[in-house]
Amino acid sequence: MGLVKRRFDALIIGAGGAGLNAALQMARTDARVAVVSKVFPTRSHTVAAQGGVNAALGNVMPDNWHWHMFDTVKGSDYLGDQDAIEYMCREAIPTVYELEHNGVPFSRLDNGKIYQRAFGGQSQNFGGAQAARTCAAADRTGHAILHTLYQQNLHARTHFFDEYFAIDLIRDDEGAILGALVLEIETGEPLLIEAKATVLATGGFGQVFRTTSNAHINTGDGMAMALRAGVPVMDMEFFQFHPTGIAGRGMLITEGVRGEGGYLINKDGERFMERYAPNAKDLASRDVVSRAIVTEVKEGRGCGPNADHVLLKLDHLGEEIISKRLPGIRETGKIFAGVDAAREPLPVFPTAHYAMGGIPTDRFGRVISPAGTGEEVVPGLYAAGECACVSVHGANRLGGNSLLDILVFGRAAGLDMQEQLREHHRPMNEAGVEQAMARLERWDQKGEGVGVRELRDEFRKAMEDHAGVFRTEEIMTEGLQILRKLRDKLSEVRLQDHSKVFNTARIEALELENLIDCGMAIAVSALARQESRGAHSRPDYPKRDDINWMKHTLYYRDGDRLDYKPVKTRPLTVEPFPPKERVY
Amino acid sequence: MQFLVSRFNPERDDKPRQQSFEVETWRGMMLRDALLEIKRQDESFTFRHSCGEGVCGSDGVNVNGTNRLACITPVSELNAPVEVRPFPGRPIIRDLVVDMSQFYNQYRAVEPWLVRKDPMPEQEILQSPEEREKLDGLYECIMCGCCSTACPSFWWNPEKFHGPQALLTAWRFLADSRDQAEEERLDALEGPYKLFRCHTIMNCVEVCPKGLNPTKAIGHIKQLMLKNAI
Repeated sequence: MGLVKRRFDALIIGAGGAGLNAALQMARTDARVAVVSKVFPTRSHTVAAQGGVNAALGNVMPDNWHWHMFDTVKGSDYLGDQDAIEYMCREAIPTVYELEHNGVPFSRLDNGKIYQRAFGGQSQNFGGAQAARTCAAADRTGHAILHTLYQQNLHARTHFFDEYFAIDLIRDDEGAILGALVLEIETGEPLLIEAKATVLATGGFGQVFRTTSNAHINTGDGMAMALRAGVPVMDMEFFQFHPTGIAGRGMLITEGVRGEGGYLINKDGERFMERYAPNAKDLASRDVVSRAIVTEVKEGRGCGPNADHVLLKLDHLGEEIISKRLPGIRETGKIFAGVDAAREPLPVFPTAHYAMGGIPTDRFGRVISPAGTGEEVVPGLYAAGECACVSVHGANRLGGNSLLDILVFGRAAGLDMQEQLREHHRPMNEAGVEQAMARLERWDQKGEGVGVRELRDEFRKAMEDHAGVFRTEEIMTEGLQILRKLRDKLSEVRLQDHSKVFNTARIEALELENLIDCGMAIAVSALARQESRGAHSRPDYPKRDDINWMKHTLYYRDGDRLDYKPVKTRPLTVEPFPPKERVY
Repeated sequence: MQFLVSRFNPERDDKPRQQSFEVETWRGMMLRDALLEIKRQDESFTFRHSCGEGVCGSDGVNVNGTNRLACITPVSELNAPVEVRPFPGRPIIRDLVVDMSQFYNQYRAVEPWLVRKDPMPEQEILQSPEEREKLDGLYECIMCGCCSTACPSFWWNPEKFHGPQALLTAWRFLADSRDQAEEERLDALEGPYKLFRCHTIMNCVEVCPKGLNPTKAIGHIKQLMLKNAI
């Protein structure tokens, strides 16, 4: 039986906020759009975003997109591209209004406008007093946005392939992307989807670490597909550890808790953030707060019988604020920590949360790759959301900028793609299809071998031990050796379950390959960067080094090769923000 | 702790059977952790799951006779042997994985999107905190399907009766001060089945893992219909 083929104008892989917002722009035209998702769209991990989305609406206090831009550049530790950051911060405002018009049930102020809360790293007047820029639907903003985008896509009659897993991109000899080979999970049958333009919107890969706020599905599928297609990934050493995961479990407790007035204490009951960030205190940037927590615990001021976490106090906010603004985290605290946050503080510790790095794109969502001395667009390929690196987050992402990123650049990709669709489909590259099929068929090999879960557990443990909050040459060199051995072991992995119907073991095997590619990108990129910047913290190189290292890392899968490219310091219309010492 | 989980692989089996697994439990263990442990013992064991914290709605299962989300169900609350089965009344694809398409069809059938006929303002559509509060208890639905697949009316008429999830969604839009399709929404719910097959058995309320109340929402729709009829 021959391979079944379907033809669309555009293919979007991933149905989180980025994919659905791209699809929505396309669906409102005449284009035929396919959205492929390995889970039913509302199960995508955007659903778990809690605190909100940043936009300088100025509903609570004066605000300005230019201040938002300054905060984002500073938050990025000057590694973000200032043209893309300006674009995002300007676009934030119409983007949030558009969401609201689409039906997102934002919380409201007395005057009927969208409620906005304070979040970390936000300021008025370029580093002045705290701003309140995060538009929120209680503490379920991601859920509210994802469901609304899905609903509007239903209205627009977007064509969904639910529970289809993307195997690989198909690329022709000129380097153009022709679509992707996907697998229908329910039947186990492959399907070739041809498209004039393909968007990778597959989200993050927090599952590469053992303790993470990320879902089981966050396995870096898009980044790994790009890597296998010869596209590099950028700035992968910058991985955000969210300061407040539930200790020992990793579930997220939103920064909105601190935005509403909650704060961290150590075993002595001390508000220790006052020592680390005298001005912003608990609302310092996430990298700063995570390092502070790990330091407190390392120096013996942790809480609990094992002194292995700190406490997040919010009971003083009162029952009413908590049930109105933070109902979800109260529920999460009760279930996973056995603590009612309205009465007692929550035990927290940093948890692997967000990839600042990803597939390099420009501000139109087009994937770009180095060529000669410059760079060029990969024809037919877009990326948006956490799997992409525009780069607006640089070395450290601000809370509330993640939902913003997926929406703004998902939309930008959806709009830009419309240009591409005037062209014809290129001829299919049969050799490329065979190569993608081979990736799938490799898992038909029978016999005894290493189990998928066994290797996955080992890999995630190694990543946690060797690529965490603090990284030294010694720890990382040792880690890289272990990780390389584990990567080699991949060829020894065998499935025992070879059935076709809804074979989740096979999906997990394919995901493990993706995770390993992403993890290697982190480890190799991190070892090379001899400075401390944003989330990449090297006790052996404690200072930021703008002379040698104010540049983006590019990692190629082929031979674990690294390359670098300059940061775009020139914004679109305003003056650049030159690097300054970053204090909160 | 002993777990009896439902197994069915259409490539091998004619009908589902229960298989016993022994799982070592730990403090704070959730049912999802136990299912993952079973999958460690036998990788062919199949179920859906993702976020692990009760927001994505993937891992609804029937445990000891009740529909629940595995990831927020502490095993300490369960009596052994723990019987885990797929949602009742839905076609089984494999093990605990069921075909939910009928459920999603009913969701789509209520046209679950905000309809605005007036031109959009330049900024947000204004909504008072009191108006917004009417959406609390409605918009939080995670579409896990625990409610509809626990509803006898949905078991009997899944192609005609919308079921509690879709009706909760219908009310979510009827209750939204910004929505301007009240008449069309109510008209679409007329007839003996779509709405009126609800016999207030209230299984939906009992099982909703988010503590939502579809029966109440259905009551509100009926009241509004009555009010508009007078």
